[in-house]
Amino acid sequence: MKRRRIAAWLWITLGCLYFFLPLAATFLFSLRAKKGVLSLAAYTHVLSDPQFLRTFTFSLEMAVLTILAGLALIVPTAIWVHLKIPRARTLIETFALLPFVIPPIVLVFGLIRTYSRPPLPIVSSPVLLIAGYVVLSFPYIFRSVDSGLRAINLRILTEAAQSLGASWWTTLFRVVLPNLRAALLSAAFLTFSIVIGELTLAVMLAWPAFGPYMAQVGRNFAYEPAALSVVSFLLTWGMIGLMQALSRSLGGPRSVVGGTH
Amino acid sequence: MARILARVPVRAWAGLLPFFLFAAAFMLLPAGTLLVGSFLDAQGSFSLANIAHLFRPSILRSYLLTIEVSVVTAVGGGVFGFLLAYAVTLGGLPRGVRGFLTTFSGVASNFAGVPLAFAFIATLGRVGLVTVVLKTVFGISIYDGGFNLYSFWGLSFTYMYFQLPLMVLVITPALDGVRREWREACENLGASRLQYWRHVALPILMPSLLAAVILLFGNAFGAYATAYALTGGMLDLIPILIGAQIRGDVLHDPNLGYALALGMVVIMTLSILGSNALQKRSARWLP
Repeated sequence: MKRRRIAAWLWITLGCLYFFLPLAATFLFSLRAKKGVLSLAAYTHVLSDPQFLRTFTFSLEMAVLTILAGLALIVPTAIWVHLKIPRARTLIETFALLPFVIPPIVLVFGLIRTYSRPPLPIVSSPVLLIAGYVVLSFPYIFRSVDSGLRAINLRILTEAAQSLGASWWTTLFRVVLPNLRAALLSAAFLTFSIVIGELTLAVMLAWPAFGPYMAQVGRNFAYEPAALSVVSFLLTWGMIGLMQALSRSLGGPRSVVGGTH
Repeated sequence: MARILARVPVRAWAGLLPFFLFAAAFMLLPAGTLLVGSFLDAQGSFSLANIAHLFRPSILRSYLLTIEVSVVTAVGGGVFGFLLAYAVTLGGLPRGVRGFLTTFSGVASNFAGVPLAFAFIATLGRVGLVTVVLKTVFGISIYDGGFNLYSFWGLSFTYMYFQLPLMVLVITPALDGVRREWREACENLGASRLQYWRHVALPILMPSLLAAVILLFGNAFGAYATAYALTGGMLDLIPILIGAQIRGDVLHDPNLGYALALGMVVIMTLSILGSNALQKRSARWLP
């Protein structure tokens, strides 16, 4: 018993070392932009760069549009499947998990080759980037919404609403969606954290997004990349933390397995 | 499939049309383009040359390198992730530690790509903080000792940062399913700790463990952003090769890129199928 606990503490200590040493080192490194003193110079430099604001805003817009498009596509589909064709769930799930089999670099390659020629030459339209991001976040949105739907009794809720005279529209917006809010929010946060620093699609489709901007800063500066890394980590922490806090208080899905690397 | 179709009215299927149209346009069609392209030559007629070219020594070496990185980080991340998950589930640590590890793993498994590469460059790069401290304070020069962040082992060490937490997240539920009674029964029958693990716990956990490791394998196999930002394309991983091919025809053979991508999809599909099959087996024992 005693030995087991000592071993457990040993593994946790080693794990913490591996996880926190790079974070601490990156933070300290980012403070050394001025010779001899610790300062926030790297942060002020990178945060005051107009490029930073422009690319970050762009990625922010893409993230919001991806969340809206992804939810608009998946939520009605998932509700429809649960209510009308429960047996199609496996089929939809297979499709929603397909992005696990198609890595982002392969996806973007296929998108470029498919849409840079007639009949649909949309390779330089943001529509293609957003569509790609929706594909990347498919598995996470689907899992979130699906487990959210399984946690509520959808059929009884909709039948109750309709027997009280509610229209489909009212049922959806005033009964079903409010009951799904934890699932929807956690899908949104996860999608946000995937899209905001995404590199592969953005760089290949030549968009001035935050991911390619960070990569470019990495090529040109020494301390600023570390500052960006710290900022990104805090952003990820914020999103995932919010998501977990939400699911604790609202009882939504806890699964946070995700990310593109 | 035919049976599913038969009993449901056509109108019900129409509700799924938007989803299937989207999936067809942005998943199946691009994948189909790559598939067809793999079997065409530059003039657009059928050819097996691209597939044959996959077995060129240089391409084969790239596949091997990508597989090696994925295997090393999947097994390494798998073993250490398992030990961490074991520590917080069966190791008798305070509950708070578990909550913290789960939250942190959620964050760390999402912290990847360019910022992750930066963090490791700031830590273990040539002028990284740990590199410098080891050199000036302890007199150990890790780069003279053969370590290089921008190499195979450096990249693998960096990948571990998202592999390890993913393993923790995936394997913790399986460890939760290990029942105290099994251990007690073993102890009553006079089994040692080693015998308990060797003959009871590990065989039960094995399908979940393998499935998790395969998931980790796929996770590293498809990674592009981290490798790109860390090595700048110095290591010829398959994703890096495909990336270079998209930017310009570096392989001097436009259709070889399709075949490279097809090879990736085939390997990913095999690994996911294997993982699913194993998971079904483990469902017999674990919730």
